[in-house]
Amino acid sequence: MTDRFKPAVQILTDYGYDSAKLIPILQKIQDAYHYLPEDVMRFLANELKISPAKVFGVATFFAHFSTTPKGKHIIKVCNGTACHVKGSASIIQAVKDKLKLKEGQETTEDMMFTLECVSCLGACGLAPVMVIDDTVHGQMTAQTAAALLDEVIKAEAAHGN
Amino acid sequence: MENENFVTIEGKKVAIEGEKNLLELIRKANFNMVTFCYQPELQVYGACRLCLVEVEGMGIVASCCVTPKAGMKVRINSDEIRNLRRINLELLLASGNHNCTLCGKSGNCKLQKLAKDMGITEIRYKVKKHTSEIDATAPALVRDSSKCILCGNCVRTCNEVQGIGAIDFAFRGYKAKIATAFNKDMVESHECVSCGQCARVCPTGALMPNSSEIEEVYKAINNPDKKVAVHIAPAVRVGLGEVFGIKPGISVDGKIAAALRMLGFDYVYDTSFAADLTIVEEATEFITRFTKKDRLPQLTSCCPAWVNYVEKFVPEFIPNLSSARSPMQMMGPVLKADFEERGGKREDLVVVAIMPCSAKKMEAKLDKFYVDKNPDTDHVVTTVGLANMIKAAGIDFASLPDEEFDAPFGTKTGGGVIFGASGGVMEAALRYAAAELDPKRKGRVIFESLRETKEFREAQLVVGDIKIRVAVTSGLRNARKLLEDVRAGKAQYDFIEVMSCPGGCVAGAGQPQYEGWKIRKERAQGLYADDAKLDYKSQDNKDVMALYGRIFDKIGGKKAHQLLHTHYTDRKDQTGK
Repeated sequence: MTDRFKPAVQILTDYGYDSAKLIPILQKIQDAYHYLPEDVMRFLANELKISPAKVFGVATFFAHFSTTPKGKHIIKVCNGTACHVKGSASIIQAVKDKLKLKEGQETTEDMMFTLECVSCLGACGLAPVMVIDDTVHGQMTAQTAAALLDEVIKAEAAHGN
Repeated sequence: MENENFVTIEGKKVAIEGEKNLLELIRKANFNMVTFCYQPELQVYGACRLCLVEVEGMGIVASCCVTPKAGMKVRINSDEIRNLRRINLELLLASGNHNCTLCGKSGNCKLQKLAKDMGITEIRYKVKKHTSEIDATAPALVRDSSKCILCGNCVRTCNEVQGIGAIDFAFRGYKAKIATAFNKDMVESHECVSCGQCARVCPTGALMPNSSEIEEVYKAINNPDKKVAVHIAPAVRVGLGEVFGIKPGISVDGKIAAALRMLGFDYVYDTSFAADLTIVEEATEFITRFTKKDRLPQLTSCCPAWVNYVEKFVPEFIPNLSSARSPMQMMGPVLKADFEERGGKREDLVVVAIMPCSAKKMEAKLDKFYVDKNPDTDHVVTTVGLANMIKAAGIDFASLPDEEFDAPFGTKTGGGVIFGASGGVMEAALRYAAAELDPKRKGRVIFESLRETKEFREAQLVVGDIKIRVAVTSGLRNARKLLEDVRAGKAQYDFIEVMSCPGGCVAGAGQPQYEGWKIRKERAQGLYADDAKLDYKSQDNKDVMALYGRIFDKIGGKKAHQLLHTHYTDRKDQTGK
């Protein structure tokens, strides 16, 4: 077995190779690989003795799962009712402009950022809300959103040097 | 008490006689409710909502999901039920691209039938899809997800009957569709074995055998430089008639021979001839292997979806597969070798096989069955495909007089004809073996136990102190179970026959669509009725035996091996290994 599947084997072992635990297994796989790669899903199906089509069905049913690679930093902009009313559209546009994302593109070409528009983060009191990785930022404006992204970009550049 | 065990349906008392659900009871009472997702041999799904009824005290329920209980009062034609069923049907019609006149399923589509029966002339909802979403990449099957109503019959059949799960529901809500793993085109699906049982249960035109080859057949017929030979599989003769209003199980081989000549084929042959040849080769292989205790149990190799299954899922059993080709893939090279012997060029003979099967289309396209870029079988047309050709030519099939098949490749014994039914290949092989091992044996040798519709059947052939133990099953999930029992040492057999479609080729995906077991049984009985009129064992086919010494040296000899045998490849998914 190649190194590529070692994290998957560990996760499968943690869940006792139980196919009834497919959803939590996929969550852990997504954590480990940053998305659900096709070969890893196929590997899971073989090991769990279920069909790859079933795994793919579950992976595409939940919005939480991604079958395409994601960037290093995940930016979620809430577009739920409260955030929408409070102007989340301008924040989404500001992020797209800052990251130079084309229509339909979610992830930057350098694989650094992925933008996700989500339906509700349950933080309506802070609307409009943006989450960078796992940190929640409330009462955003187009300017503050862009400024937060600049900080991440600067930190990455410093780290790169 | 017993006479109180009834349900009242629209005021009519209907006795409960062990029906699994209310829908079965309703149908027994001659209310033939058309539904989409209910298939008697699959688990109840309750998705299509076309079997809605009103049960007093319970309200509106899906009748397929309700166990009949004594005293129930059921309404199926109340205003509310009629209205609800109509809404559900209109929503289904609005959800897809249902342009009947341009659909290959027209005339045989449940959605179309129900819309017609319910008198629907307008759809009150906005129609979502107007264009086809066709995947015609695979030789066996064509999908058009714009015609899919998400009843799930295909998914459940692939899982429950075949134990494979090549397709499943994917995506969500409005975007939900039936997809192969990772939404690949059919031709790239690693799991699909091309059996076509998904198409067999599809109520619409979303999944059908690929019919694109029919145009190629017309081109060949109309090409003055080509000779076109056609041969029909055993199961075709007991299926085709149904399209033209002839009772299931009546063999219409004579009418088919007549129709094929009217369509312009030059030589009209019978695949049963090649089935006899298969038995001569495969049963000889078996006797040799049995004597040496070599790679037992031998597994039959005539069903291409089954061979696919072994290669993809249980390659450890590849050595057990008989090396004999399927009858179709024996017929092609024999016809072409004979044509060359008579001075023709191989590529000037076009061989068309009429098959009850979708997997045969895939089999004919395998690289190993090409010689100098020329295939052993040029085109495969399904039973339904041939029926469509007959209809397109305006031939009044039911009124045709019987004609004979051409000699010598139209000659057959009963052993070749019963190949089309589950158990038939094994019975034909045992008939051959019985006569070879016990030449003094008198009378017809038949094996009734192999003809039952049980999932697992057994028989023994005893000659002196030799005892040959055989088993038969159909449906790939059953086959998997049988192989697991063999592997675990729980079952000991010398020879096993497997056909992918439950009931065998008579129940193949290329046959007219059917539900339940009654029609399958009748079709099989039609083959056994033909069998009773013919010599019973394949070695009595003089035209088959005459090939040895002419085209082939001897049974199992070098030339026979080159033209009549094949090899297999381990294609198991090795991801991560």
